[in-house]
Amino acid sequence: MERIPTFRKGGVHPDDKKVLSNGQAIERLPMPSELIVPLSQHLGAPASPLKQKGDAVVAGEKIGEASGFISANIHSPVNGTVTDIRKVTLANSIVTDAFVITPNAEMPLGTWDEQPYGDLKPNEMIELVKEMGVVGTGGATFPTHVKLMVPKGKSVDALVVNGVECEPYLTADHRLMLEQADLVLRGIMIAAKITNPKRIIIGVENNKKDAIKVLREAVSANGYPITVTPLKVKYPQGDEKQLLKATINREIPSGKLPLDVGAVVVNVGTAFAIYEAVALRKPLIDRVVTISGEAMSSKRNVRAPLGAKVADLIAFAGGLDHDPDKFISGGPMMGFAFYDDQTPVIKGTSGLLALDNEPAMKAPVTPCISCGRCVAACPMGLQPTRLYRLIDNRQYADAMAMNLMDCKECGCCSYSCPAHLPLVHGMKLGKRLGRK
Amino acid sequence: MDVPKTIVSSSPHLHAKANTASIMWDVSIALTPATLWGVYVFGLRALAIVLVSIASSVLVEYLLNRLSKESTIGDGSAFLTGLLVGMNMPADAAFAVPIIASAFAIFVVKWTFGGLGSNWINPALAGRVFVFFSFTGLMNTYRMPRTLTVVDATSSATMLTEMKLAVGEGTFGGLSSAGLLAQRGYPFTDFAGSVSGWFQNTLGIGLSPYTVDAFFGNIAGCIGEVSAFLLILGAVYLFIKKVITWHTPVSFLVSFSLFAWIFGGFKNGMGIFQGDFVLQLFSGGMILGAFFMATDMVTSPTTGKGMIIFGAGIGFFTFLFRYFGSLPEAVSLAIILMNIFVPTIERYVLPKRFGEVIAEPKKKEAKA
Repeated sequence: MERIPTFRKGGVHPDDKKVLSNGQAIERLPMPSELIVPLSQHLGAPASPLKQKGDAVVAGEKIGEASGFISANIHSPVNGTVTDIRKVTLANSIVTDAFVITPNAEMPLGTWDEQPYGDLKPNEMIELVKEMGVVGTGGATFPTHVKLMVPKGKSVDALVVNGVECEPYLTADHRLMLEQADLVLRGIMIAAKITNPKRIIIGVENNKKDAIKVLREAVSANGYPITVTPLKVKYPQGDEKQLLKATINREIPSGKLPLDVGAVVVNVGTAFAIYEAVALRKPLIDRVVTISGEAMSSKRNVRAPLGAKVADLIAFAGGLDHDPDKFISGGPMMGFAFYDDQTPVIKGTSGLLALDNEPAMKAPVTPCISCGRCVAACPMGLQPTRLYRLIDNRQYADAMAMNLMDCKECGCCSYSCPAHLPLVHGMKLGKRLGRK
Repeated sequence: MDVPKTIVSSSPHLHAKANTASIMWDVSIALTPATLWGVYVFGLRALAIVLVSIASSVLVEYLLNRLSKESTIGDGSAFLTGLLVGMNMPADAAFAVPIIASAFAIFVVKWTFGGLGSNWINPALAGRVFVFFSFTGLMNTYRMPRTLTVVDATSSATMLTEMKLAVGEGTFGGLSSAGLLAQRGYPFTDFAGSVSGWFQNTLGIGLSPYTVDAFFGNIAGCIGEVSAFLLILGAVYLFIKKVITWHTPVSFLVSFSLFAWIFGGFKNGMGIFQGDFVLQLFSGGMILGAFFMATDMVTSPTTGKGMIIFGAGIGFFTFLFRYFGSLPEAVSLAIILMNIFVPTIERYVLPKRFGEVIAEPKKKEAKA
């Protein structure tokens, strides 16, 4: 029997609901009549605009320049015209400037062919990753070139590829691994060439047995030095801290990065984007989005150009079956609730969910009964109930002293709280006010 | 397309099924078999006592709700407190006793400290202890269960009281608990006698009939505490529903057993490691206390480590009070005493943080 590892501390087991959409092959979204391409689709400083209203753009053309070390370029997803530049509110409530692009009706899409890339040097590859605006597509949208840059004096023991997709409902990475295993692996090998790790591991949760099989077959067919490790299903295994604990049994010290334990983590979606950037010289201008949720007429996995509006995705899925209680961008545990169907798909949008509030979501908020479920569920070993009480009493400094900043808002505490206290909400508030 | 009005709220957007009320009702459900057994063996008066306890507890909560303009009946905690108070009453208690206990529990212990979640000792236990010290005589008159045929009708002391009397009168002489009870002619059921015989003859294990009676509930005692078996059954339900964890009950019972085994013998004039604790485990309020009282979430620690320390402390004090105390009241006092230590435990026993220990894999490899 193969030993199926997982991380030890905390975690929860929500119903994964992946069966709703995991049988749906990735389809291409019909070209929308208008795209909204924000300048801030990533963690860090927004890109600065290179185009003005009325300018013609070509698919893959750089239209926003990275401004700062932690920032990323923005490219036009289509051939078309910039019809406006206006402020938009993203699903995560960030307000940013965005290009409104009307795609060319006849030939909206660009074409990219694989070019020889085997002879490129690691720094040339990083330069391509940076130039093509690749960021982590798992949701955190951290600029990938920064992640792949291994500082002098540090070496990489393990390149760990995140195929966990632990958020319920989401199947975008799952489908990508199934349908594009070869290209994902090529992306991984490019990342390996850049970071020069001693070993390469792909961690995949065991609810994606077909993907594990396909990846293993592709690995052995190509003779890649890659291990595909099945992981026991447990949320939030897709977080890099839990993933590294599960796969290589290392604990990233509080406040440190994977590199501090000799690891680099990239998502499978990101690996695919790295392949496209380096081998096709194609910028990150589209991505796979899972369209799911009980209120959606049909559940799909769709390759959508960045800037496609939520309304376009809903229309593609055949509209709404009934009025949902919530629209979620991303997964239900860490995703953002939003209300506007004009909200665009950005680099970090892994899913679009139209959710009904289950009866469990409607229970009343009662006082904390100190049951300790949040403490048991916290993968970071924090005490959410105490932090919440401190924040509620405006003792932000005390909350910081109890390591509030270790909280990554995974949602395990709120999920398990029988008193239905908005614990994560409190943590977010406390972090903001505590940093001041 | 009309955009439906949707809720915008902080993540997560999913929630586990449990809520405060469901937990309270689960505990009440888990307590039901043992309560019904109490009603069966002690008669309808027991049922009346339990119902009066619950009614008075809920009524007091309702009146306080009126006063503070809240609505907390629905959380099920007042019902549960009432049920626990009732289970902790002798069947022959005057009806005023459970009413006073419930009112004390809900009003003084819970409401004045800020309501559900803010009390620092278990309300039901506090209610029981309050009436125990107020009406010591009433609270110590027990009815024999109908399953136990009693020759001498006045002999209605519990096993533990009987043992304490025996030790107090100096009539021990190196006898085990069962020996003490047998010497004083304490009754046991035919069923227990045959089970005990079967264990002796078939398995070669000495199991006293008194232990068998205590386990199944053929003993004198409070309404809800007599059947260890049905209480454990209820506890299994709570484990399956993940309402309680193993930490507190296991550390409580193990700690008590260890202390009783090591030092318990001294009380009966025997040596170290001679203590006889099996009967003790199933008698009195031990099982009810371990699985339903000590595990009260509000008044126990939130961390696993904290719960183990908390349980171990209860075990120690229970041992102390049972073997060396002069009152027939051990488990409830031990739990209340440890309730008071909970804030201290919570302060110093913290969970281990992720990433707290700096990982230095390379050095380890070098050593290996």
